[in-house]
Amino acid sequence: MTSELRAIWVYLAASPLLGLTATLVAYQAGYWLYRKSGHHPLVNPVLIAVVALVAMLKLTGTDYRTYFDGAQFVHFLLGPATVALAVPLYQQLRQLQRSLVAVLVAVTAGSLTAAASAVGIAWLLGASRETLLSLAPKSVTTPIAMGIAEQIGGLPSLTAVLVILTGMTGAMLATWTLNLLRIGDWRARGLAVGVAAHGIGTARAILVHPVAGAFAGLAMGLNGVATALLLPLLARWIFG
Amino acid sequence: MLGAVTLLLVCQLAGEAIQVATGVPVPGPVIGMALLFAGLVLRRRLRVGRREEPETPGALAETAQGLLNHLSLLFVPAGVGVMLYLPLVAEEWLAISVSLVASTVITIVLTAALMAWLARRSGASDAGPGNDTEPK
Repeated sequence: MTSELRAIWVYLAASPLLGLTATLVAYQAGYWLYRKSGHHPLVNPVLIAVVALVAMLKLTGTDYRTYFDGAQFVHFLLGPATVALAVPLYQQLRQLQRSLVAVLVAVTAGSLTAAASAVGIAWLLGASRETLLSLAPKSVTTPIAMGIAEQIGGLPSLTAVLVILTGMTGAMLATWTLNLLRIGDWRARGLAVGVAAHGIGTARAILVHPVAGAFAGLAMGLNGVATALLLPLLARWIFG
Repeated sequence: MLGAVTLLLVCQLAGEAIQVATGVPVPGPVIGMALLFAGLVLRRRLRVGRREEPETPGALAETAQGLLNHLSLLFVPAGVGVMLYLPLVAEEWLAISVSLVASTVITIVLTAALMAWLARRSGASDAGPGNDTEPK
C-alpha cells in the first residue's frame, strides 16, 4: 500500500501538473483567508501561498526547479499582465494629463529614495556587498529588477526574492502609513504604493480604489524605467 | 477574448524585439505596455473626439481586468524561490528585514507627500470620479 502511494507520488512529483496545481490551490487558500479577514492588509495572499508552498516543498524534499517546471506557466503570465496595465492607465488618461509633471517628479524622487535608503540601511547593519547590490533594485517589478541586478553585479535570483518581500511589505504597510499621514488623494496614495511596492502593491491598490490602482500601475512602470536608467550609473559611481 | 490575449502577446513580443534590437535597459513587457497605451491613445484621437471620456474596447478591458484582478498570484512562483536563499537570508536577516521595512515606509511617505503637495500646488484638483471616498 505505502509503496503504491509512493509510486503515485514519484510519478506526480515529476510532472508539471503538481507544481501548477499546488500554486493555484495555495493562492486560493490565501485569497480565501484574505477575503474572510475583510481584505485586511496583513493577511497577504502571496505571503500565505509562499509560506505554504515552501513548507510543502521542504517537507516532501522537492527541489525548486521541479516545482518551477509547473509553476512557470503562472510566472509566464507576468509579461502579458504587465502589458495589460496599459488599460487601467488609459482609463485614467484625464487624471494623468492633469498631473503629469507631478507624477514624473514624485516617481523619480521615490525611485532614488527606495534604492538609497535600502542600500544605506543594510550597509549600516553590516550586510555583505552581494546583498547590497541585490537589494538596490528591490522596489522595481521583478523582470526589471533582475535585469538591473545582473547589470550592477548583484544576484538576480536573490533580487527576485527581495523584490517580492518588498512588495508584500508595501502591500501590508501602505494603508496604515498613508492613513497616519492623512493623505487622502487617491493619486498620491496609488503612486506611492506603485513606486515602493511594484506589482504586489498595485494588486492591492486595484482592489482598494480604481484611481489608486491606475496610478499604482503607472508608478510601477515609470519607476521601472527610471531605476533601470539611474541605478547602473549610481552603482558604478558608488561601488566603483 | 482570444483577440485581446493575442493583442497583449503581440505588444509584449514587439516590446521584447525592440529591447533586443536597441539594447535599452527597459524590459520588453514594459515597452509593450507603452506600445499598447500609445495605441489606445492614437485610436481615441482617430475615432472619437478628444473631449470624450476614454473608452476601451470591451474585450480588451475584460481580459485586462481578468489578468489584473489576480496580479498577485503571478508573483507566487518567483516568491517560492526564497527557499534557495534561506541560509543567506537567515545569516543577514536583521539587515535585510530592517532595510526592507524601513526603506519601504520611507519611500511611501516621501512619494505620497511629494505627489500630494505637487498636485495641490499645480492646482490639479483630484476631484475625479469617486476620488472623494474615504480611504479604508
